[in-house]
Amino acid sequence: MDNAIVRTLRGLGEKVTSRIWRLGYASRFFLAILLHSGTSLRRINLTIREIYFTGVLSLIIILVSGMFVGMVLGLQGYDTLQRYGSTEALGVLVSLSLVRELGPVVAALLFASRAGSAITAEIGMMKATEQLSAMEMMAVDPIARVVAPRFWGGVISMPLLAALFSAMGIFGGYLVGVQLIGVDEGSFWSQMQASVDFREDILNGVIKSFVFGVIVSWVAVFEGYDAEPTAEGVSGATTRTVVTSSLAILAADFILTAFMFTGS
Amino acid sequence: MSRTTLDLWVGFFVAVGLGALLFLALKVGNMASASSGDTYAIQAKFDNIGGLKVRGAVKSAGVVVGRVAEIRFDPEAYVAVVTINLDARYKFPRDTFATINTSGLLGEQYIGFEVGGDTAMLKSGDTIKKTQSAVVLEKLISQFMFNKAAEDGGKK
Repeated sequence: MDNAIVRTLRGLGEKVTSRIWRLGYASRFFLAILLHSGTSLRRINLTIREIYFTGVLSLIIILVSGMFVGMVLGLQGYDTLQRYGSTEALGVLVSLSLVRELGPVVAALLFASRAGSAITAEIGMMKATEQLSAMEMMAVDPIARVVAPRFWGGVISMPLLAALFSAMGIFGGYLVGVQLIGVDEGSFWSQMQASVDFREDILNGVIKSFVFGVIVSWVAVFEGYDAEPTAEGVSGATTRTVVTSSLAILAADFILTAFMFTGS
Repeated sequence: MSRTTLDLWVGFFVAVGLGALLFLALKVGNMASASSGDTYAIQAKFDNIGGLKVRGAVKSAGVVVGRVAEIRFDPEAYVAVVTINLDARYKFPRDTFATINTSGLLGEQYIGFEVGGDTAMLKSGDTIKKTQSAVVLEKLISQFMFNKAAEDGGKK
């Protein structure tokens, strides 16, 4: 009995210390990326190639889902607003919810599953096939050559993708609200412009998406680099990337929102 | 994929992304119409500000001429002190009358300026003397009810 208690406690302690150790390892890894990013910025081609793979190839999914999210917002928002006879406020509803929350958050979630998982799988496979060790043998630092460009590619792509998502969503809301349902076009745009503030709303949304970009890219490259060099290990790491970064995005969103949008 | 095609696509992506940001800033946000120009601050004291908010509009003849910068409570006079940033392009006479109005029946509240005839103009740091508080709907209704009751009582 005594043994069972001791064993449970030991198991608990081991779990906690290994989690904390992993967090510390991830933080040191983050610092190492920052320290080694000189190369990826000097040899900008490496980063441009990663922007292509993470940003350009995510364009379709971001644009299409942004459009649909905006169209759904238009339909649902109209349905609720018309009960209060204030359908002109549809533009405000669509734009504020997209620019403040949905744009950065949904774009980041899509980005994590579209690009983050690909980054993890790629780096994990490089590790499994010992390409990273081969680089080290040739005195090429894999963090500078492989990890940092992917990290910066993700960080640069994310705010642009979020802005595209919001713009596309507002266009979708405009299509449904104005063209399909027939909300007055003038009041749709003018009320939107009157209540969306550049610094308060748009800039805060961009800051959010930048933070999410750092989170997703960091988690993705870390999980890939830390993956067990087996097929199973890589698949597990890919799953962990999507789960961890999605949870981290939502938690960070709460914290950022609490700081940005409280008070008058 | 060759270098040039890659560069082309990334350039296209970055341009489109920046274009989306520009669209958000100019078409969705109010950056184009925001008066980033000079402002001067004046104060006005109200017995009751109702639902007035910071960043609320200040209008004269229906045109936005400034914004509410700060609202605080004066613990000695028990009134609300509202600091207003007025656009430096517009000058108002010293005896301008500030009222708190509501746009529409349930819309947001704003400060309306009714211009007086004084030749001296308001300067930065001045306080508006004549103000009218927000209309509180409940007070209005209860006043109406009491009047009605008094009328009915008088008839008997």
